[in-house]
Amino acid sequence: MNRSTIDLWVGIFIIGGIAAIGFLSLRVGNLLTATNAPGYHVEAAFDNIGGLKLRAPVKAAGVVVGRVDRIQLDPKSYQAVVSMRIDQGYQFSRDTIASILTSGLLGEVYVGLDTGGDPQVLADGGRISKTQSAVVLEKLIGQFMFDKAAAGSAK
Amino acid sequence: MALDAIAGGLRRVGRGTINTVTRLGFAGRFFLAVLLNSPAAFRRIQLTLREIYFAGALSLVIILVSGLFVGMVLALQGYEVLTRYGANESLGVLVALSLVRELGPVVAGLLFASRAGSAITAEIGLMKTTEQLSAMEMMAVDPLARVVAPRFWGGLVSMPLLTALFSTLGIFGAYLVGVKLIGIDSGAFWGNMQAAVDFRRDIVNGVIKSVVFGFAVSIIAVFEGYDARPTAEGVSTATTRTVVVSSLAILALDFVLTVFMFRGIGV
Repeated sequence: MNRSTIDLWVGIFIIGGIAAIGFLSLRVGNLLTATNAPGYHVEAAFDNIGGLKLRAPVKAAGVVVGRVDRIQLDPKSYQAVVSMRIDQGYQFSRDTIASILTSGLLGEVYVGLDTGGDPQVLADGGRISKTQSAVVLEKLIGQFMFDKAAAGSAK
Repeated sequence: MALDAIAGGLRRVGRGTINTVTRLGFAGRFFLAVLLNSPAAFRRIQLTLREIYFAGALSLVIILVSGLFVGMVLALQGYEVLTRYGANESLGVLVALSLVRELGPVVAGLLFASRAGSAITAEIGLMKTTEQLSAMEMMAVDPLARVVAPRFWGGLVSMPLLTALFSTLGIFGAYLVGVKLIGIDSGAFWGNMQAAVDFRRDIVNGVIKSVVFGFAVSIIAVFEGYDARPTAEGVSTATTRTVVVSSLAILALDFVLTVFMFRGIGV
């Protein structure tokens, strides 16, 4: 076969392969928005984070504004300290409430932020003091049955 | 009488063991020799390009078509199960993760072993049978540099590109079936996929897997060809062994790599 024909096909093959890797990285792996957006970190301590995982979304009014990037247990208070990376463009007041929520019954667990009225905003490394823990279904059912039993015996 | 049978059996086991270990040692020495002769393959890049053409460009059709159909079938079956749990929006996640992490490298590797690996073995084996390799040595041309190294590097370069194309076509096939045929929302399909697929953990690990598989298939293919008995039967045995050994190597390596890559990382 002609040498230049081979070169042409190898060129097409290599360009196609690199384009495929680019497609996988940018479109599927979402590399552009995942790492390039500048952001700042805030922390929040929860009594119970339920099924929260790393890289879970942080949402305000349902809009994704950041991601969870570290989860640790505070050895003194035995609370879970969740570090979140918030996109630079979003500012939240100092009295923002962070809660662990679930989208739908079987959906993903995420951190919901409800902003407050404080004119001062959270800075990088700031800490959200008002938090609401995850609802643990077993505890909820236990509570419900306990209340039922209490109501029954009171009658 | 019985003693003879036992002694014969022992002898056979011993001979088999020695042969296997010797072959392994030869394979190691052969691999080093290929690496040492690799600069020659890059100096005469035309030779390597020719092998990329034969191993990679000519495998495009089977890789692309298989990728498309694997993606479409994955979307149909995945939808069937996911819809029971009301999670059919996650179809993109299912397809992308299974293709990028596992199916892409493994299936593309198996196809590559049977399409290109067998061809490399047969070609080198036949060159050996027809004494072309010896003729080269007579002309002071090292067959390792002239024949083996370009084929090895051609295979090693082609495999990651083929894998990426396989995964891409698979995701496109899933898009066709999931969004165009079944009617899942296109935004949910891509959005959930982008939220779940991580560049470092999923894409890069997938590429690492494909490089490792490309290495395994290429070195096995050139070794079996170089080591083939110089008869028609020897070449056919070597070709069969390339496909069998490469496939087993891919599956075993995939397990080992998966254990190291995705061990203990939630999700």
